[in-house]
Amino acid sequence: MAMEDYRINKENGLEFGLYSLGDHMPNALTGKRVSAKERIDQIVAEAKLAEEAGLDFFSVGESHQKYFVGQAHAVILGAVAQATEKIKIGSSATIVSTSDPVRIYENFATLDLLSNGRAEIIGGRASRLGLFDLLGYNVNDYEELFEEKFELLLKINENHRVNWEGNFRAPLKDAEVLPRPLNDKLPIWRAVGGPAESAIKAGLQGVPMTITLLGGPLPIFKRSIDAYRQNLKIKSYNPSDFPVATTGFFYAADDTKTALRELYPYVDQGMKLANGTGYHKRLFANGADMNDVMLVGSPQQIIEKMIYQYEELGHQRYLAQIDFGGMPFEKVMKNIEIIGTKILPEVKKYTKGK
Amino acid sequence: MKVVAISGAVIGKKTLTAMKYVAEKMNKDFPEVEFDLIDLGEKDIQFSDGRNYTEYQGDTLEVTTKIMEADALIIGTPIFQASIPGSVKNIFDLLPEKALRDKVVSIVVTAGSAKHYLVAEMQLKPILSYMKAQVLPEIVFIEGQDLFRQEIINADINFRLDKLVEDTLIMVETFKELRKKQEDALF
Repeated sequence: MAMEDYRINKENGLEFGLYSLGDHMPNALTGKRVSAKERIDQIVAEAKLAEEAGLDFFSVGESHQKYFVGQAHAVILGAVAQATEKIKIGSSATIVSTSDPVRIYENFATLDLLSNGRAEIIGGRASRLGLFDLLGYNVNDYEELFEEKFELLLKINENHRVNWEGNFRAPLKDAEVLPRPLNDKLPIWRAVGGPAESAIKAGLQGVPMTITLLGGPLPIFKRSIDAYRQNLKIKSYNPSDFPVATTGFFYAADDTKTALRELYPYVDQGMKLANGTGYHKRLFANGADMNDVMLVGSPQQIIEKMIYQYEELGHQRYLAQIDFGGMPFEKVMKNIEIIGTKILPEVKKYTKGK
Repeated sequence: MKVVAISGAVIGKKTLTAMKYVAEKMNKDFPEVEFDLIDLGEKDIQFSDGRNYTEYQGDTLEVTTKIMEADALIIGTPIFQASIPGSVKNIFDLLPEKALRDKVVSIVVTAGSAKHYLVAEMQLKPILSYMKAQVLPEIVFIEGQDLFRQEIINADINFRLDKLVEDTLIMVETFKELRKKQEDALF
């Protein structure tokens, strides 16, 4: 598959998207939490606003733990498909290890038809292990579950008739997985954590990658992306056929200090509720630096930083996380507005056709 | 302030004897401290399988959570075969990589031989540093001859354990101050 098969068009410049983990946390300042229904409605509304602001992509993640509401993320994406018309939609991420690839493909092919050819899958391995117990899988098979199922998912995408045998589901004999997506294939990305080790696997496999940056020094992540492209070459793939998407925390305000001050409580609480440890304040403060990947600051600073990252990483898509840790929806709306009116036009102007 | 002391031996009484003295000192002189002594010999702790600490159950979850919530840890460890025992290493393995950031950790060692003196310096301290702990430089090293029938019989050990408890608390206060200064300068 080449860049156009992944629905990436150079003429469109760097793609700008939003991703929600589908978290459902109390407001970090007030301690109050909206209902699960309200949170899901917010996510759909966020997608709609993103489309209206001219963004390229919107995705929702699958999580099966406390403080999350995206367990049935494909169902939420169905609602997003109905509420929007142009924006590309996807998962961030679909936990491939603990699902049947046939069912994943059926869901997302259907989503592709519902959305008129806008659906994508980002397949991940899960950063938490509770769902293995919940869904009846053995944590000891962590790595093999993902690799085997992800390979099958790719195979289903490539072939109308599938013959397959493996360890974690019944064999497929000349099986036809239906429906097919609108244009026969779906873009399927591999979700990759920060370290190079994980990016190398995506390169060896010959799949596009969505890499989690969140926050941290740019040169570290550049190494991972370089390693990804290098390993594509080792396997005789052409790196220019494979898009790279980066993801991270994003927050715009009038000035850097205000942005840091307003975002920090949500990121700190969000990390604490999701992983049991908060975000260290001094590391977070590095987010204001040009050499940290976090996009936190004034719109002008964010524009400069995005362009700098684009020059350094040569990625095709950036995904911003703006609704994490119980961030009030008004702030999410405000950020989408700033992206649409101030940031996106400048970033597009610079990156179009490159 | 929350302080958790761990008696890291699953067999034998020497480490527990030393840690019980630490608990007595803490409860007597610093009743305002929320203090907990965890005896690993009484806990059913599973081996780390790499999951997030919040996803364990039973004693494992109880112990990891208490440690994560503490401002300071006082780790009591025996030395077996010239090494910290697996029970103590497993506790570290159960926790996130930087679990001890902004925590003070102090060390009490019980050993059958003076030859084990450097084990904590060379094995335990590197682990604590990697996990970002603020480690109290002086450790209390206790030999078998310092104990008799679950009592400390060498007053020097009493003095040094008293100091360790006091210094641990002072360190927590001091590092709180340091951290405040660091963070106030940020945003």
